[in-house]
Amino acid sequence: MKVKVLSRNPDDYVRETKYDLQRVPRNYDPTLHPFEVPREYTRAMNATKLERVLAKPFLASLDGHRDAVNCMAKHSTSLSTLLSGSCDGEVKLWNLTTHKCVRTIQAHEGFVRGMVVRFCGTSFFSVGDDKTIKQWSMEAPGYGVEEEPINTILGKTVFTGLDHHRKDGTFATCGQHVDIWDEQRSTPIRSFSWGVESFSSVRFNPVETEILASCASDRSIVLYDMRESTPLKKVIMTMRSNTLSWNPMEAFYFTCANEDYNLYTYDMRYLEKPVTVHMDHVSAVLDVDYAPTGREFVSASFDKSIRIFPRNTRHSREVYHTKRMQHVVCVKWSADNKYVLSGSDEMNIRLWKANAAEKLGVLSHRERLAANYNQKLKEKFQHHPKVKRIARHRHLPKHIYTESKEHTVMREARRRKERNVRKHSKPGAVPVLSEREKHVVAVVK
Amino acid sequence: MYAVAQKKWLYIYDSSGIELHCIRKFNDVLRMQFLPYHFLLATASATGFLQYLDVSVGKEVAAVCTKAGRLDVMCQNPQNAVVHLGHSNGTVTLWSPNQKEALVKMLCHQGGVRSVAVDKTGTYMVTSGMDKKLKVFDIRTFKPLQSYFLPAGAASLSLSQRGLLSAATGDIVQVYRDVWNTPVKKPYMAHKVHGAVWGLHFCPFEDVLGVGHGEGFTSMLVPGAGEPNFDGLDSNPYRSAKQRQEWEVKALLEKINPELITLDPGKLGQVDFATFEQKHQDKVKALGYDPLAKDKFKPRMRKKGRSSTGGVERRKNQVAHEDQRGVIIATLAEKAKTEKERETKNKKTVESSAVQRSALDRFRKVNTK
Repeated sequence: MKVKVLSRNPDDYVRETKYDLQRVPRNYDPTLHPFEVPREYTRAMNATKLERVLAKPFLASLDGHRDAVNCMAKHSTSLSTLLSGSCDGEVKLWNLTTHKCVRTIQAHEGFVRGMVVRFCGTSFFSVGDDKTIKQWSMEAPGYGVEEEPINTILGKTVFTGLDHHRKDGTFATCGQHVDIWDEQRSTPIRSFSWGVESFSSVRFNPVETEILASCASDRSIVLYDMRESTPLKKVIMTMRSNTLSWNPMEAFYFTCANEDYNLYTYDMRYLEKPVTVHMDHVSAVLDVDYAPTGREFVSASFDKSIRIFPRNTRHSREVYHTKRMQHVVCVKWSADNKYVLSGSDEMNIRLWKANAAEKLGVLSHRERLAANYNQKLKEKFQHHPKVKRIARHRHLPKHIYTESKEHTVMREARRRKERNVRKHSKPGAVPVLSEREKHVVAVVK
Repeated sequence: MYAVAQKKWLYIYDSSGIELHCIRKFNDVLRMQFLPYHFLLATASATGFLQYLDVSVGKEVAAVCTKAGRLDVMCQNPQNAVVHLGHSNGTVTLWSPNQKEALVKMLCHQGGVRSVAVDKTGTYMVTSGMDKKLKVFDIRTFKPLQSYFLPAGAASLSLSQRGLLSAATGDIVQVYRDVWNTPVKKPYMAHKVHGAVWGLHFCPFEDVLGVGHGEGFTSMLVPGAGEPNFDGLDSNPYRSAKQRQEWEVKALLEKINPELITLDPGKLGQVDFATFEQKHQDKVKALGYDPLAKDKFKPRMRKKGRSSTGGVERRKNQVAHEDQRGVIIATLAEKAKTEKERETKNKKTVESSAVQRSALDRFRKVNTK
């Protein structure tokens, strides 16, 4: 009698030679694969723990400057070139792949206040404490030839900041007033002023290329349109901003680095309230730069650390610090979205990874798949308390740790006092102000 | 590696028969179940202890004192790793290593429970008892589905991957097909072996049933019992040594924490409402106001004099009425429910009072449904 039972031919399931691939039949029936959520949770925990183990962001230190690094400039077309200016007037060009200085120019007498590379990449501008604007060629001069600027412009007052238009041959400087210059002229074509003593930085909008913003010493940020003759509007805050940076993907957002340890992201159209207040630093924030994706930005602070913030959250996702890194003055996010460069007080420029646990270099197909899967798992389970605790954990230097604890206590005390005042006064006399509304004093058109 | 519960202690042997461990902490073990995804060996002892041993690390994870006497009947639910124990008072209890008490206690039989089996999808539980009944329960709602009468009660049960049930009654092994959907009239197969049957088990991906009886071991063919398509990455009968090593490393990395064993394995993926509410209350207390409270509706002023006071008030009332509608509907539904409950209660009391009471009322059979 013929009985029909399962009979498998091993030839269909076992490979013929050891040089063949293994045969792996699949059955996706969920009853054959129980515990999908606990297994994914375990994998997410493992991925988070591994990320912390492999988080080694520091790559290299570029040293060679003989005084504190004051400003940096990204090359507009080459990913491996960086320019930096120091407090003794020296400008150095670095090759980021070999971590070596390629060229040194004694550009100014006094601080180099600002540097920017022209959009075509063939020349760059620098301004210094000696009231000059100099334009240099990107190519090194031949052997034995002295370094000479292509063009020098003498101004009447000290310039404190510089930025170049993204498309035209115009640039803007700031000092006592914001000037717009044409490259061919030696006097500014337009000068904006709004009764302010001095400006600390000026930035062109990378998307809406005719718009600029500047930080003024009267605790305000002023917006200009190059095509008009007067400034557009300004927002006055409770404390002064040091620098600002425009979001390269969203034309109307900019983030300013403020003296009250916070960063504020504003929508250019509605300056009454900042979109987000980013609070995590324990000392004045000195510089900010956006990633080319526009989703994150990096900030450098007087407390000796740099922090990476996602654009719409209140707290940082990453903090980088070293015992050797003192007050960080300038920071840049590289144009390939992978590296962060920081220039600090102790004459060093440090190269860091933007994603601390990322494997650099070319990844094989399987490595990429595994990295994507782990990333997705971490995102899926990020709110579970055990996973969140591991993902959030960062070692902080002692001074930052104690300072941040003190700040929490102070903020809690202030909040409690406000609550008590509100409880014991006439309802409606003390209005409830959200954190965002507290920092803007006025908007002036 | 396999574990053998010997007379006094638990012994672990290699695949070539070399004794690896003798675990004295696990004494008088009667039944064992291996939870593969947690690497846990659950053992039920004659002293009423349910002990879990982590075989990858070699530590005892939990020892639960069940206080239910000799634990002779045991099976596991493959979908959520919960251990089912059957007792001599007719109850089946469900255990997890995280709780000192049973998760669930079900009264299944009027005599002792002789055997329990759970199917691989974790939906049905089949139990057999001393009252010669074979019952099928839905294990997710804990409701009885079917009840069969076997002239000789089934001493041991085993469920195959495709839902075939094998029951051993004396020295006859009967295989039933589709026990839970349609009431079964006759067995699919029956086979008489020499000697009383002690244990039954279906082979995982084959159409074979192994029977242990008084004269030794018999394996019989049961067409349609095994799962034909196995998954090569999970349990592969044709794997090579290299594949086994890779699988072992991955399985150990994904070993699930025994703390996650619950009745619903997908609980971890659901939103934790209680914690959210608690956190929200704490925040309101800390800040002094509710950050999630909706602002009052401010209607937009129309230009060119088109927004008069009356019109603005009308628009405000519209929105207020819409918000009110939801609240009104909910309260009306609640009121209707309470009214209905009250009416049924009244009806019951009216009925019971209407019937004349006599001394023989307590012997009348109450219709329980």
